[in-house]
Amino acid sequence: MDLVLNPLAALGRGVLGGCRTAGNVALFALEALSHLFRPPFYGRLFLRAFVEIAYFSLPVVALTAVFTGMVLVLQSYTGFARFNATGAVANLVVLSITRELGPVLAGLMVAGRISASFAAEIGTMRVTDQIDALTTLSTNPMKYLVAPRLLAGAVAMPLLVVVADILGVMGGWLIATLKLGFVSSGYLKATFDFLQFDDVISGLVKASVFGFVVALMGTWCGYNSKGGAQGVGGATTTAVVTSSILILALDYVLTEMFFAQ
Amino acid sequence: MTGPAATPKIRMRGVRKAFGSKQVLDGVDLDVGAGSSMVILGGSGSGKSVTIKCILGLVTPDAGEIEVDGVNVLKLGRRDREALGDRIGMLFQNGALFDSLPVWENVCFKLLAQNRITRAKARDRAAEVLAQVGLAASVGELSPAELSGGMQKRVALARAIAAQPDIIFFDEPTTGLDPIMGAVIDGLIVDCVKKLGATAVSITHDMASARRIGDEAAMIYKGRMVWTGPAATLGHSGNAMVDQFANGEREGPIQMELRR
Repeated sequence: MDLVLNPLAALGRGVLGGCRTAGNVALFALEALSHLFRPPFYGRLFLRAFVEIAYFSLPVVALTAVFTGMVLVLQSYTGFARFNATGAVANLVVLSITRELGPVLAGLMVAGRISASFAAEIGTMRVTDQIDALTTLSTNPMKYLVAPRLLAGAVAMPLLVVVADILGVMGGWLIATLKLGFVSSGYLKATFDFLQFDDVISGLVKASVFGFVVALMGTWCGYNSKGGAQGVGGATTTAVVTSSILILALDYVLTEMFFAQ
Repeated sequence: MTGPAATPKIRMRGVRKAFGSKQVLDGVDLDVGAGSSMVILGGSGSGKSVTIKCILGLVTPDAGEIEVDGVNVLKLGRRDREALGDRIGMLFQNGALFDSLPVWENVCFKLLAQNRITRAKARDRAAEVLAQVGLAASVGELSPAELSGGMQKRVALARAIAAQPDIIFFDEPTTGLDPIMGAVIDGLIVDCVKKLGATAVSITHDMASARRIGDEAAMIYKGRMVWTGPAATLGHSGNAMVDQFANGEREGPIQMELRR
């Protein structure tokens, strides 16, 4: 009987633990968000986090976008050539990049950089008593450490994705014209004629959500880390893994919402 | 020192705190007189740090009362609690300096966070406080990572006193320092506390340090205060536990708990 019940009990504990963690993360996010509307406001910390996310993530996001656009053109050209539909390559590239690949790939890249960085920095502050020190210095750690980072994540990611969208389309255009023999003006016309405002907006909304989630998981994992260097290492790993999975899961949910419209 | 009838600056009664199944504080009673310097002694894991974290509001006790100036701080609202925090300074065991900020911003962190001072004036104030702890103004421009252990303790002390608190907590102020630097830090603590007229509560294992900085001492064992008396009597207090601890004797009523 135990052979049957033990796995069930473990599953039940896992589900309950998952629900408890999700609830704790939600409460953490709500508390941090509430500090965005209550003074004092830490503009300098917001700017520092914004620069960290938007400026220092730019090279990795730009390279990812350019190469993704280039590969996408090659792959779609190969596939569409079988149906004599190579004229749709520009349309597919611009739609894929603005709606999906721009926000998702930029989100995953930023998750690797920023989520890990936030978790490591705040986790180290936790295990070296710096967070307790903030409290004794009359400073709310949620307001000082978490709220500015969440806001910076939600604001900076759409800007990164605008750059990723432009560079991704440009990467595709480069390969289409230089390697596959597309006429430059025709390719660009097909790109911009087909692109709709809603396509870009849906990508930017996703980017904002992904930026928030990346910052949230980084700060949450860091804030709750325990046990010295090993704990901080574990928090960093957890932050990157959970924010990456959440980006992919939320991408489906948001796409479903936009698709339903 | 205040008379016996005066309200203690800090009063703890029946404070209990457990973490899971481990009862860390098991009914702590403690009085600290206004303007006095209390040293809390005890072995590792005896509950010293949790005791001061409860007073600071970093840990919420499961039961009991903690009063500061006769007001039960456990029943204070957020704003009143923050106002109380403004009157408290703390020196952490490892300094807990913010490594993302230069020394001068660390020192004046509380003043800047509360907009009580401009950034330009904060540099001057930091230089002033750094001088009090024997550091040159140029140290203010360095990062905490560039400082030695002794300098970090001095900067942490400067940060604890910069906002001129009337209660200061010191968590193992001499841990990790050589005996001479430990004596220097103790001297600075005594000078700074006297200059501010503050009430001080320190926790330490270091008997020489306890005798130098304490007016009174208390010993915590298994989550309870087992003795309170003058710090000068440590080692010959007449309490077997205190004397064993103060003299570092292997045999006595305190037995090391070994995990099997």
